Amino acid sequence: MAAVEPLTLVGDGRSRRRRAVNRAAEIGASLAALAAVAVLAIVVLSVLKRGIGVLSWGFLTESLPLFGQPGGGIAPLIVGSAVLVGIGTAIALPLGVLTALFLTEFAPRRLAVPIQLTLDLMSGLPSIIIGVFVFGLLVYGHAQKGYAGGFALSIVMLPLIARSTQEVLRLVPSVQRDGALALGVSRWRTVLGVVLPNALGGIVTGTVLAIARAAGETAPLLFTTSIFINTVSWDARQALPNMPVQIFIWSESPDPEDHKRAWATAFVLLMFVLVASVLARVALARSKRRLGQ
Amino acid sequence: MAAVSSIPATHALAGTRRLRDRLGDRLLFLLTLLAALAAVAIMVAIAYKVLRGAHLSFSAFGFGFLSSTTWDATNGVFGAATLLFGTAVTSAIALLVGGPFAIAIALFLSELAPRGVRAAVGTLVEMLAAIPSVVLGLWGILVMGPFLADHLEPALHRWFGFVPLFGEASTGSDVFLAGLILAIMIVPIVASICRELFLAIPQELEDGALALGATRWEMVRGVVLSGSKSGIAAALILGLGRALGEAIAVAQMIGAGSAIHGSLFTPGDTLASRIAEQFQGAVSRLQISSLFYLAAILLVIGLGTNLVALLIVRRYGAQRQGAA
Repeated sequence: MAAVEPLTLVGDGRSRRRRAVNRAAEIGASLAALAAVAVLAIVVLSVLKRGIGVLSWGFLTESLPLFGQPGGGIAPLIVGSAVLVGIGTAIALPLGVLTALFLTEFAPRRLAVPIQLTLDLMSGLPSIIIGVFVFGLLVYGHAQKGYAGGFALSIVMLPLIARSTQEVLRLVPSVQRDGALALGVSRWRTVLGVVLPNALGGIVTGTVLAIARAAGETAPLLFTTSIFINTVSWDARQALPNMPVQIFIWSESPDPEDHKRAWATAFVLLMFVLVASVLARVALARSKRRLGQ
Repeated sequence: MAAVSSIPATHALAGTRRLRDRLGDRLLFLLTLLAALAAVAIMVAIAYKVLRGAHLSFSAFGFGFLSSTTWDATNGVFGAATLLFGTAVTSAIALLVGGPFAIAIALFLSELAPRGVRAAVGTLVEMLAAIPSVVLGLWGILVMGPFLADHLEPALHRWFGFVPLFGEASTGSDVFLAGLILAIMIVPIVASICRELFLAIPQELEDGALALGATRWEMVRGVVLSGSKSGIAAALILGLGRALGEAIAVAQMIGAGSAIHGSLFTPGDTLASRIAEQFQGAVSRLQISSLFYLAAILLVIGLGTNLVALLIVRRYGAQRQGAA
């Protein structure tokens, strides 16, 4: 080292290659994210483009078309889906919230672990198995019934509601629990009067997310409530028309008219699901932030 | 409670209140316990009903059911080998295509994207998971299927036709299409789990690697990816479980084939899609029972994959806590 060489800031070949690899990786990751957003956009726009032309007031309010006939509407599907999801919610909401309360407020460890495991496994269960199970339990040897479909949906919703409730219950500051208990308030009053009201917002939004998920589920309904009349029915003792199963039936049909109806029904279903999910997510993020402080 | 009860009750009111509190505590505990037990009971009932339904078929075919390729409803001979094959192939396509995408998206969301973009893209990716599978299936057969059959598959066949995988002409409804749609379904699940994993990597480790002169990609490879290897494996396994069990979208797209083919461009069928297609029109009790048998196989595989993923997560979580 005789003379100090002037410092050059130009990279050598190796560092240029490292930079190039880094650049390639960054571009690759960005493109992957872009592709996912593009797929979402393409699917939503396809449904929008093909569905919106068929949509009309009549389509939303009329009875289902008779086989091979033109026209008709999907009012029975909308009503039926609402009844089925309503039944599912009526079963899953109390069960899910109480289960979450048990796990976060009461359960000793040796009970909490297996119950938590059961909920995790239940949420990973293929939904077609739920359909087969409810068929075997309530339908096999009898007729299809709306409430069998509602029960099947409740099995889809239960682990979702339980998990989101657990998450908000854990965010309720322990100061509030301890404070209430220190004032001599009994445990059950603390849970029902202090903990639960604090978590209410989170429970509601978690339930809306579960409803959005259940509204689009086809497999649990396919064997429990798929052979139905073509007029509006509120009677859950009989099979109820519903959107997912009818989209499935129409999508398998060779008739292009049926494909149009499938697109329009898919449009209605998709809008409901996406709007409900977006609203619930925004509200959930807000209530979590509020509790997290 | 002990402190409260040691205060002498001066009048009757305190006594009834204490009694009511004790009763309320007991009641709420019992109520929540019952709800939790109901959840467990439902799970047990599912396993029992599905296995019980498969009994007739199991006593007729035994474990030979798994290796027999015949599915003949008229003669009452059933086997699941074709369906196991179809399930394996479609899930493999889903994982091979969707897995790298999901990990790349998670890296983008956790390491690369500016804050504003992060939230927006994250929400959009989660919206992808909200699309009902029947709608995705509808889009698959009527939009994506024709596109593949007219453009992508002939091209793949022309260039790589010598590989048996890409042999035979395409029909529009095939194993390849079903696999790609399954990939779209598992991407949001795997991506959101991986994002959480990557965000949990301590910032000091990332900063340390960067301070030592690593490029961002070298930091990701050396710190982020290698630090969450087992978690990524668990996420992929959960994605696999989802792909294995999807019935509706696959039934719409796979074309209900009944033979094992080497080519991806031929119709096939999976365990779940066969149940969705044939349950309604089953002609005999043996056929129904065989479909229950398929559901039982699916149940075992589904519970197995989920258990493995949960175990990995638990061990990994314990390791992390031990290290910290």
